[in-house]
Amino acid sequence: MTLRVVDTPAPTKPVKAVHPPARNPGFPLDLDWVGRVRMNRSALERRAGTIGSRRTVKKEWQAAWLLRAITLMDLTTLNSDDTPGRVERLCAKARHPLMREIVDGLGVGDLTIQPAAVCVYHAFVATAVKALEGTNIPVAAVSTAFPHGLAPMDTKLREIEESVAAGAKEIDIVIERHMVLNGDWQALYDQIKAFRKACGDAHIKTILGTGELATLNNVAKASLVCMLAGADFIKTSTGKEKVNATLPTSLAMIRMIRWFVEETGVEIGYKPAGGISSAKTALDYMALMKEELGTHWLQPHLFRFGASSLLTDIERQLEHNLTGHYAADYRIPMV
Amino acid sequence: MNKIAEIFASLDYGPAPESPEPALAWLAAHSGKFGQFINGKWTKPGKTFASDNPATNKKLADITDGTAADVDKAVKAARAAFPAWSALSGYERGKYLYAIARLVQKHSRLFSVLESMDNGKPIRESRDIDIPLVARHFYHHAGWAQHLDREFPGMAPYGVCGQIIPWNFPLLMLAWKIAPALAAGNTVVLKPAEFTSLTALLFAEIVEKAKLPPGVVNIITGEGGTGAALVNHPDVDKIAFTGSTEVGKIIRAATAGTGKGLSLELGGKSPYIVFDDADLDSAIEGLVDAIWFNQGQVCCAGSRLLVQESIEDRFIVKLKTRMATLRVGDPLDKAVDIGALVAQVQVERVRDLVKQGVAEGGQLYEPDIEMPKTGCFLKPALMTHVSPANSVVTEEIFGPVLVAMSFRTPEEAVALANNTKYGLASTVWTENINLALDIAPKIKAGVVWINGTNNFDAAVGFGGYKESGFGREGGKEGMGAYLKPAWEKTLKPFAAPKAEKATVALDNHDGIDQTAKMYIGGKQARPDSGYSRPVHGPGGELVGEVGDGNRKDIRNAVEAARAGLGWGTATAHSRAQILYFLGENLEYRSGEFAERIREQTGESVASAHKEVAASVERLFAFAGWADKYDGAVHNPPSHTIAIAMVEPIGVMGIVAPPSRPLLGAIALLAPALAMGNPVVLVPSEKSPLSVTDLYQVIETSDVPAGVVNIVTGTSASLAKTLAEHDGVDALWFAGDAATSTMVEKASIGNLKQTWTSRGLYYDLSDKQKFEGDYFLRRATQVKNVWVPYGA
Repeated sequence: MTLRVVDTPAPTKPVKAVHPPARNPGFPLDLDWVGRVRMNRSALERRAGTIGSRRTVKKEWQAAWLLRAITLMDLTTLNSDDTPGRVERLCAKARHPLMREIVDGLGVGDLTIQPAAVCVYHAFVATAVKALEGTNIPVAAVSTAFPHGLAPMDTKLREIEESVAAGAKEIDIVIERHMVLNGDWQALYDQIKAFRKACGDAHIKTILGTGELATLNNVAKASLVCMLAGADFIKTSTGKEKVNATLPTSLAMIRMIRWFVEETGVEIGYKPAGGISSAKTALDYMALMKEELGTHWLQPHLFRFGASSLLTDIERQLEHNLTGHYAADYRIPMV
Repeated sequence: MNKIAEIFASLDYGPAPESPEPALAWLAAHSGKFGQFINGKWTKPGKTFASDNPATNKKLADITDGTAADVDKAVKAARAAFPAWSALSGYERGKYLYAIARLVQKHSRLFSVLESMDNGKPIRESRDIDIPLVARHFYHHAGWAQHLDREFPGMAPYGVCGQIIPWNFPLLMLAWKIAPALAAGNTVVLKPAEFTSLTALLFAEIVEKAKLPPGVVNIITGEGGTGAALVNHPDVDKIAFTGSTEVGKIIRAATAGTGKGLSLELGGKSPYIVFDDADLDSAIEGLVDAIWFNQGQVCCAGSRLLVQESIEDRFIVKLKTRMATLRVGDPLDKAVDIGALVAQVQVERVRDLVKQGVAEGGQLYEPDIEMPKTGCFLKPALMTHVSPANSVVTEEIFGPVLVAMSFRTPEEAVALANNTKYGLASTVWTENINLALDIAPKIKAGVVWINGTNNFDAAVGFGGYKESGFGREGGKEGMGAYLKPAWEKTLKPFAAPKAEKATVALDNHDGIDQTAKMYIGGKQARPDSGYSRPVHGPGGELVGEVGDGNRKDIRNAVEAARAGLGWGTATAHSRAQILYFLGENLEYRSGEFAERIREQTGESVASAHKEVAASVERLFAFAGWADKYDGAVHNPPSHTIAIAMVEPIGVMGIVAPPSRPLLGAIALLAPALAMGNPVVLVPSEKSPLSVTDLYQVIETSDVPAGVVNIVTGTSASLAKTLAEHDGVDALWFAGDAATSTMVEKASIGNLKQTWTSRGLYYDLSDKQKFEGDYFLRRATQVKNVWVPYGA
């Protein structure tokens, strides 16, 4: 597949995905394209700042949207003190993300409401795979010397291969931020390409560490280079940076996704991660996706939340939606 | 499948209604019928008209149609309240404004809901934009009230202000009018637009709660006739109007010669320029805020898209895609982008203009989106394949219709942007700050938004150039619009000073006959008429002849002055140098100029020399001002700086006063030149030789051609031609009352800014009054350039 000229008119509607969706085959590094990226922070902040007040969903709509949010979640635990027991508890919650009363009360027993994946460190991939046996919930592993990404290249490639061998279906790699800060796009491209190759059939999410990339132009350019190198998803953060996912950053990234599909016809997924812990915030992100990329993008193969405590809040909101009174978190089975 | 499961699949938005109940309850508490708020009391409803909700076409309330008697009562109440109110300390007045700000915040949701129901604008806008800006305006002006004496020394309030506001931002425009007026110490009679009186009436209750003294704020509802009664009321000292250019011109004509202060904020057809290096997606989103904000019923709406040709196709495709996700519907739905237009008559007006545009060859695009079945709704629309020759490009549509054109170069973008009778606002998108700040000063508009649009703040002035009106709202310049020099109230009628008898014999010019010509475009010019007019001395003796200028000479002079507009972009330092040089060269010939004054007026030697010396000093004074009368940098509450740039107005006509043949002309000419305006100068009709002598000084002082043009002749007829000339941007007339009135009346063609002496005596030799701000302010206009930042 070759790139079309960048300035040709975009299709009026996003290209419909064929099922099963074709993976990003990767494209040659186009530095001219990278050079054309323009992100105006104040304008992006203005747009992002009003999305939550321009769009809102109430009542049944809110319930339905929150149920969908659960299916877009990478239920995650990425702490240094994780243990197999902690990971098993997370997986148990993934099997039963909602209390029976809520599922029955909302009358959605026929829908498959389960998270899109469970995301853990390599050390717990095998534990998670076993704990999720019999479900079709994939295990995602953070990789390549997460969260900093500064280990030797062969170590990082090896880590990917080990995780895939242990049963991970998705690999969340981290980029080396210095390559972005110094504009070393070729190095970044080459590295992602190598990671992608190491992933094999496992899907690759590229974590940009946006809170450390200084400018939204850098964020957008890094997004583009990762997509050209074959990323299936671009992801904001490790959750370990001082600033994690934000709406303006997300806007910069999803507009690059839009530009990429306009030029290549290939749909890339988006994953904001870190700090998304309230149902209201999740709805804002979904509205932003719907407005900028279309409802089509609100599917697990194109959009994920990296989250852990978010599920509890969604569950509380759903209970409130059902009963009309406010819920307490201690009554919700913990993640 | 149950409903939730269905929505789970579709992810539709669904309704998100804001309750109308509290607003309906407020209406019901007033039995749906309102009188006027005069002197702190509510009158019984008189003859009423219905105020409808444009989204449902259902009646909300009956509003009293104010009569001339109501207006008179209100003006009398305001007049009676004025002495005590204006005598309060700024701090005391500020506390009232602060109280209003707090009360508006406390009742903000009721205001928002009522505004959306009455006007049709989406609740998001009234809730998140209009009402917060209202509170902000009162807070900001509470501060001005307190600092008035320090910041505006020697200035006094006008007295009673008549204020007439439009229906597009009902409460916000009320705030823009009332806050500065009260801060300055004026009292107010305000008439809201007939379509949207309700929030003004609710505001009157806030005024009561804030315990403002009775009569300080009076709210008179009504239709056009009520507004006319207010404009024409003899005891109103200032009129402030926001609305259509058409009505603005009527008000200008009606107030001509009355001495009433006037500020007009009128229509627009603001350009929205997108360069090829812009963040295009953000520029698209900006357009949503520019032309689909408030259904496009925004005087400063970015309604003319100018996009660089190299990105035009791609940009238009993006735009159409974006338009398809706009949601039109119930203004009280929290997830609606476009509400209802204010009334059916506006819907029809927009439709007619669009129809005409299509008939003229424009291509109309409207997205295929869901529309409400009833109510005053219109789809967002885009017209392409249009040019400046199309009516949709020149006419203000005041609806959700964007017209799009392309340009090739920055120069062409500026030319297209300025190819309009309006000059309210403009938007420029580029990631190149050099380009942005090159374009901003070149656009003839009161506001320039870089990489953003429709930003407003109380600290930043807003108002137009050209036929978009004059006067500013917000910022220091907006505050100044409600004040005038205290001494203006003490001016006496002009009586020609008795010439002192010449005590010393005049030097005789019995050599070669001197021919005073006119001076146009840097050349001496003979009058078009071929006639000369005599100039007589105090004893009736002939002292010389000058050309009898006519309208064609004015035409030529204005052409020359327009060619000299580059004077305004010359560096201030170089203008200063030239004015100093002019002064120096005049002084060199001071003996000769003094003699000429004496020949024409019969003044004493000492007095004539004094006039020449004062003229030189005045030139030096304004040479000194040229590089010092600067703007300001504001910090509105966002990541933005707003640069308030002081710009020349453009070509200025100056008709010099009859007395003091040299100083009278120089006192007006010097500030105009210092600020960068090329001038067409009409010397004293009686004693023009002092000015015609001046062109030889001008010629030796490096003044560029076209910057000073001199046309001699009858003041009144030349003033009329200047007043009617659309190429003249401002006109100063020093002379009799009747001609002053004529000048103001005749200025409505292009709504030029005027200053007239109205038959009053301005002692232009008074340095305290006239060597500074008084004429500088009138020779300039403030442009606010919003520059956002963020890496």
